[in-house]
Amino acid sequence: MSNNAYIYDAVRTPRSKGKKEGALHEVKPIELGAGLFRELQKRHDLDTTYVDDVMMGCNAAVGEQGADVAKTIALHAGWSDSIPGVQMDRYCASGLDAVNSAAQNVMSGWNELIVAGGVESMSRIPMGTAGGAFLFDPEFVMNHTSVPQGVAADKVATMGGWTREDVDAYALASQKRAANAQTNGYFDKSVVPVVDRNGITILDRDDAIKADTNMEKLASLNPSFVQMGSMGMDDHLLQKYPHIVEINHVHTPGNSSGIVDGAGAVLVGSEKAGKDLGLTPRGRILAGAVTATDPSLIFLGPSSAAERCLQIAGLKQNDVDLWEINEAFASAVLRYIEDLNLNHDVVNVNGGAIALGHPLGATGAMLISTMLDELERRGQKRAMISLCAAGGIGISTLIERI
Amino acid sequence: MSVFDYQKDKDGIVTITMDMTGPVNAVNDEFGVAMSETLDKLESEQGLTGVIFASAKKTFFAGGDLKVILATEPGSEVELFESVEEIKSFLRRIEKLPVPVVAAINGAALGGGFELCLACNRRIAWNDLSVEIGLPEVQLGLMPGAGGIVRLTNLLGLQNALPYMLEGKKVRGPKAESAGFVHETVAELDELLPRSKAWILENQNNTQATVQPWDQKGHKIPGGNIMRPSVAQVAVAAPHMLKKNTRGLMPAPERILETAVESVTIGFDAAMKIESRKFAGLATSPQAKNMISTFFFQLNEINAGNSRPEGYEITEVKKVGVVGAGMMGQGIAYVAAKAGIEVVLKDVSLEAAEKGKSYSEKLLDKAVSRGRSTVEKKEKLLSLIHATDKDEDLAGCDLVVEAVFEDMGLKHKITQDCEPRLAEGGVWASNTSSLPITQLAEVSAKPENFIGLHFFSPVDKMPLVEIICGQHTSDETLAKAFDFVIKIKKTPIVVSDKAGFFTGRAFTAQINEAGQMITEGIDPIRIDNLGKAIGMPVGPLTSNDEVSLNLLVKIRNTHLETGLATPEDDKWPAASALRETLVNDFNRGGRYHGDGGYFDYDGNKKVLWPKLKEMYFDETANSSIDNRDIKDRLMFSSVIETLLCLEEGVLRTVADGNVGSVFGVGAPPWTGGYLQFINTYGLQRFVDRCGELADRYGDRFKVPSIVSQKLASGETFQ
Repeated sequence: MSNNAYIYDAVRTPRSKGKKEGALHEVKPIELGAGLFRELQKRHDLDTTYVDDVMMGCNAAVGEQGADVAKTIALHAGWSDSIPGVQMDRYCASGLDAVNSAAQNVMSGWNELIVAGGVESMSRIPMGTAGGAFLFDPEFVMNHTSVPQGVAADKVATMGGWTREDVDAYALASQKRAANAQTNGYFDKSVVPVVDRNGITILDRDDAIKADTNMEKLASLNPSFVQMGSMGMDDHLLQKYPHIVEINHVHTPGNSSGIVDGAGAVLVGSEKAGKDLGLTPRGRILAGAVTATDPSLIFLGPSSAAERCLQIAGLKQNDVDLWEINEAFASAVLRYIEDLNLNHDVVNVNGGAIALGHPLGATGAMLISTMLDELERRGQKRAMISLCAAGGIGISTLIERI
Repeated sequence: MSVFDYQKDKDGIVTITMDMTGPVNAVNDEFGVAMSETLDKLESEQGLTGVIFASAKKTFFAGGDLKVILATEPGSEVELFESVEEIKSFLRRIEKLPVPVVAAINGAALGGGFELCLACNRRIAWNDLSVEIGLPEVQLGLMPGAGGIVRLTNLLGLQNALPYMLEGKKVRGPKAESAGFVHETVAELDELLPRSKAWILENQNNTQATVQPWDQKGHKIPGGNIMRPSVAQVAVAAPHMLKKNTRGLMPAPERILETAVESVTIGFDAAMKIESRKFAGLATSPQAKNMISTFFFQLNEINAGNSRPEGYEITEVKKVGVVGAGMMGQGIAYVAAKAGIEVVLKDVSLEAAEKGKSYSEKLLDKAVSRGRSTVEKKEKLLSLIHATDKDEDLAGCDLVVEAVFEDMGLKHKITQDCEPRLAEGGVWASNTSSLPITQLAEVSAKPENFIGLHFFSPVDKMPLVEIICGQHTSDETLAKAFDFVIKIKKTPIVVSDKAGFFTGRAFTAQINEAGQMITEGIDPIRIDNLGKAIGMPVGPLTSNDEVSLNLLVKIRNTHLETGLATPEDDKWPAASALRETLVNDFNRGGRYHGDGGYFDYDGNKKVLWPKLKEMYFDETANSSIDNRDIKDRLMFSSVIETLLCLEEGVLRTVADGNVGSVFGVGAPPWTGGYLQFINTYGLQRFVDRCGELADRYGDRFKVPSIVSQKLASGETFQ
């Protein structure tokens, strides 16, 4: 039997608007990551020579965020030269993929202690900077009816019969839950303030939440993907779905994930690592899975990955207490809830990316900390964490509190 | 002596005058030999100061040899690749000559012709409407293969070059310079060579003049390369727009777009290789075969008079009468006047006739405001149309086109009233889409001079006229009608007088099959969208709403009443019943009749009439049929009907069936028409598929015996 993969800690930066005016725009991606590494080292008085590897998800791994950002973060944090480091890209699944890979490494016995996480400075390296055949290679785009996520998200809403009001109502709930969680300090355990070289705080809490929003304000926002759709993308996509008359463009900046900067890091290790370093495990990774479906059915993947996790762990749906599905778009969540027949009461209990923002390659790792904190606060046992990603990819990780 | 005449003048300028065997200069074996020899000579020429490529023909250079391309089969990609690479190497050698090279463009330079020009340092054209320049390959399912895409993209930038390549848009002399196709134009043809020489002499010390833009150090593509966000944006948006239009059925524009994007992404020489590879794959595609054979060879045959009886002098209609100034009549009056023919436009009241004439005025005002015509031309054209309510004004017409409602009694009355006014030997034509010509001609004093001319709406836009010969129509009358159709710049097809003629039958077959599927419980939206998916301009239900359900009900009733058809003849009884239910019980006569048709209409928006699904939708039936079967049922129903028309002699030639189906019925251009479709689908495969469909959906899908006959004799539909 394989080893257990324990979660010894999970931390994240606060999230802030991923534009020039965002609080974290002045912070380099390697600094976002290194801040978390330094915190982990400090909290656990970590001998970093013991760390076998660091794995960091990053979606736009180019420029100052490219060329193996994991290795540069480790060095920048002043960690041991002996840590190799790898950067991972599986679109929005990257951050959680790093955690799953770290768990696999530990479970196999090849490694004892790994830091897995993700970083994405969307203000400094804007979405799409990395290019890619998915949207930029005409041959690929035409062969695979490849459209941007937002257009596909609207098509998923259309197929699900979810109206603008449905997705806005979901968004409102996300904002209220996130505001409530922040007010009551539910995020405090994981959020590590971002500081400057003098130790002066730059940002110490998520600042994108819109606590005062309401249905009226949400309804006043213009749909984001009408223009793209009208430039041929709707017709192109619907060639695959002849029973649909037209795409109902319901997603707006109010019910889609926010563009933000941020990073997350999870300390994953074996039982031996805990004993050697005197660490107490907070949780255990029971299973991880990544699946893929038709790329234009983008939101089918997460539920199938979640089901696969249950299968691997030999558990049933009601063995899971909390469910976290990344709020890339409201319809992604509604689809997940419908596919798995869940109750909204146990899904995204502290809101999600619609309120807090979605730093693409980092989000998966950040959600580990959110869920672990919440399981501890509630005294509950298990949580499923899922994200959708481009290419019809879905990823899930099942964790258990100790 | 070479077909490339080589003359060196006292200034050291060599003029190559291309005068190939046949009517035009074209890329073929002869070209290969002539160009190769010419280049060898130029490269070793002493005291050379410049080169001019000129043409001894009326056109400059016509492009590739379509016969050769049409004959290539899948598997011959290597040869195709090597042959375009060879042509490319010729053009590259022209570019690399150490002296300035001029293309002296005296006439059309299309496809390969323009590609030759693009390899010259200077393009000087005669500023005349006859000088057409462009890369129209896409219209025949092909793409430029001799560097046209790579060079034009480098010359104009991605965004500006794309429309010329994706749509095959041509530019005429007066606009050639502003489009960036040529550097300069000359007003008179005889200035062309002197100006070309002068330019060479002006640039003797200008080393830049001998180097193509893309070969110059630090060459920047206008608008930028793919790294420029605005260019990347074009590459991101264009594929979707393209597939919206082509529905993924046309590989040529896709390959063109890919090559153009590569041209702004990678180096010139590598992009040229990619262009050759994509060309080679495209040339053997079924779509290219279909489009070349129908839109080039067969269309040329038709316009050259293949269906016109031999032995009759070409006639010219001087004065045409148009009776009935409604939608059809006013359009016919316009196209006739546009061709310079005097028109008498007659209706029951002067007011109605004038209203019909004002249609021409509206079209011309629009053309003037868009710079496509002038006020003088407009006035001249309008002066040719004489609106009247008097029969006697038709006196002296050598052709009368009767274009009143589809009512046998009314048409008979008008024939009797007006026919005597015709000039001696004049032709009487009835514009009808459904009434038998032989019966219409029963009241005619000269049924041999009586013929059907089926125009399509809107007449000024639709290119086809279906000529219907009644039982007594003479060959001479047919020849005269044919000449008239050619004169008004329409494409004539000739059919025999049987219910529905050809276009009506091929058209309704598909919408009947769609109706049949509704009654089986299949989702109407799905049916309509899958009609678009096979390449129809609109879905079959939308199409039926447009032409009106009323009309089809009425035509069917007329056919039943007049004994042209019996209820047993109806291959789609459920579809007919469905239409009758809609029209009679629910007042749903079509988009412009009653409360709507299959759809409810609100301006440009349409939603499915909810009751349609309530009455017929069946989840089990809908989920048990796959998209492929729905698509094939729509396509095959029209194809089989076309085959029956050929078998029954309604159609006289395959070319008429193909061209008529695309121009008059809306058959998808990628098929090259409903008969050509079978050639590239494969006759045996077609027979097998018909068998499957017949087993599943009924005997109407049984393959017509003409296919088996062709198959047995190893022929295709040509």
